[in-house]
Amino acid sequence: MSDFSFWVILSNLLLATRWTILLSLIAFVSGGIVGLALLFARTSGIGWLQNLTKGYIEFFQGTPLLMQLFLFFFGVALFGLEVSPWVAAWLALTFWTSAFLTEIWRGCVEAIPKGQWEAGDVLALTYFEQMRYVILPQAMRIAIPPTVGFSVQVVKGTALASIIGFVEVTKAGTMLNNATFRPFLVYSLVALIYFALCFPLSYTAKKLERRLYAAR
Amino acid sequence: MRYALQFGDLLPYWHVLLGGLIFTIVLTLVSTIVGIGLGTVCASIRAFGPRWADAIAGAYVELIRNTPFIVQLFFIFFGLPAAGVKLSETTAAFLAMVINLGAYSTEIIRAGIQAVPKGHLEAGESLAMSRIEILRYVVLKQAFQKVYPALCSQIIIVMLGSSVVSQISAEDLTYAANYIQSRNFRAFEVYFVAALFYLVLAISMRAILRGIGHVIFPKA
Repeated sequence: MSDFSFWVILSNLLLATRWTILLSLIAFVSGGIVGLALLFARTSGIGWLQNLTKGYIEFFQGTPLLMQLFLFFFGVALFGLEVSPWVAAWLALTFWTSAFLTEIWRGCVEAIPKGQWEAGDVLALTYFEQMRYVILPQAMRIAIPPTVGFSVQVVKGTALASIIGFVEVTKAGTMLNNATFRPFLVYSLVALIYFALCFPLSYTAKKLERRLYAAR
Repeated sequence: MRYALQFGDLLPYWHVLLGGLIFTIVLTLVSTIVGIGLGTVCASIRAFGPRWADAIAGAYVELIRNTPFIVQLFFIFFGLPAAGVKLSETTAAFLAMVINLGAYSTEIIRAGIQAVPKGHLEAGESLAMSRIEILRYVVLKQAFQKVYPALCSQIIIVMLGSSVVSQISAEDLTYAANYIQSRNFRAFEVYFVAALFYLVLAISMRAILRGIGHVIFPKA
């Protein structure tokens, strides 16, 4: 029954890690794109647009990621479309990530002194020009550490995709555990793999944060 | 869309949802109290304890913060019995929540402790206070006041994260939703309502925690 050697378990987990990494990357990039669009809406100064974005953020930050996964998995199917775990996980993680990134980036945009906006106004720049040439280049500098820090949450968030049947490390761990009955070993390895993925990211975030404060 | 949403099918199961909601609230409440207690102890050790204890507490924090909650939960529920520690799903859920929040609150409270001016510690020493007294009367209150908002956000994040305990059959709100949809097959409606429950819970927790903050730290 447990003919699986340590190396077989480890190599299977590492193979599944590809999908964790890929899903994390895709979710982070598409979440970043949606988040950037929402950032423009959130800071646009147009009342109804800001409120709409606020509601969106409130919903995705105020409900569990697991619920969002279920809602996309079962919700899109209501439109008569076949949803694979891939698509549901990608959609849910994208919306979830975008909500958090928008809030993080809004904080960075608001940290830019008001005089910078006024200077843009004086030069007759449009809102988009002000963002593009004045505000975002400055906001980006302070946005990098928390953004890198949040990427850790995205990697950990992909673990929940296992629940809707997406085979990444956690799901592979569950399957290997069912085959080998060695839960202590399997889940220790799974945890170590996540640690190996996440620790460099959180370490980098901390270093970047220190450097930013030192520069001031 | 040809599908007609039927929320009415949930009504016969209202008590299941209510039971799940209560479990989630109790789970959050207990793990908040115990977890922040654990976090306070670990943060104090990290700030004032011997170097070896600081290293152990630091390893604990990093290990928990860099692995997903679901893996921690599976390790405790499936992994520990292999090492001779058998836990019921409810105990495992509570334990995992406490360990998880403990690690995050350690980091938050430590930041608060570091923000306390050094002169305050020296003032305590010059009054011949012991280290524990300085910690108790000088450092911790200020530290908590400084990081209270961050701590509140973390409590809400942990509450939302608790939906994962349904995966080891702890009977929380998500478990209730899973149960109902397995009976009436109205998956979208059930999860939508459960998501709204979580949303209302998160919003009201934020309001309650803010109110508590005004009472404990009147000036802030």
